[in-house]
Amino acid sequence: MTLELSHFSAALVFSLFASIVFGITQKDTRPEMIRYGVRCFFTFALGVLAAGWFMYLLRR
Amino acid sequence: MPDPAPSKSAAQPFPHLKEAAAPPQPLTLLAVITPIVGWLVPGGGHFLHRRWGRGALLALSVSSMFALGLMMQGKVYSANFGDILDVLGFVGDLGAGCLYLMTRAFDWGHPSINLATADYGTKFIIVAGLLNIISAVDAYDIAMGKKP
Repeated sequence: MTLELSHFSAALVFSLFASIVFGITQKDTRPEMIRYGVRCFFTFALGVLAAGWFMYLLRR
Repeated sequence: MPDPAPSKSAAQPFPHLKEAAAPPQPLTLLAVITPIVGWLVPGGGHFLHRRWGRGALLALSVSSMFALGLMMQGKVYSANFGDILDVLGFVGDLGAGCLYLMTRAFDWGHPSINLATADYGTKFIIVAGLLNIISAVDAYDIAMGKKP
């Protein structure tokens, strides 16, 4: 079975799982874990978008 | 004339660090076993400490990333002493514990990258191993009383 994800969807899946692990391991209480995990996810996602636009403009 | 008494902040320049530092705990058998189990079984270290929810989420995240990496035909590194990136790739893969050992035993992985998405898959497998190592260290911190 072969799975072919686009670059963006692969990055989002990566962000989701990495953020869950970061949230659980880097904070002590449950609210902090959730906040940190959500912040990590959006940082990853926005970073991907920013890097994508940067490379697009660099290429032009 | 005597010097004025030092203020509290001068005596303890970083009081928050004093509060955050946990007293040293003796090394118990559980503290030795926990990181090993946490490495072998994703989330296993947390299960040992009855952190069921955290353990389940860690197991789901690490196992899913590893499985998605294999489904994307990612490369699975074997033990080698050649290129430094290959060695580091092997170390990252090995971090997944029994997932990596099963992959090697059942020959599930791909020895080379043949598709564009396989490169993503290779990174998924490596990062799953690295995240599993972070989880095992976190379980060790729980065993040592450094984390609730």
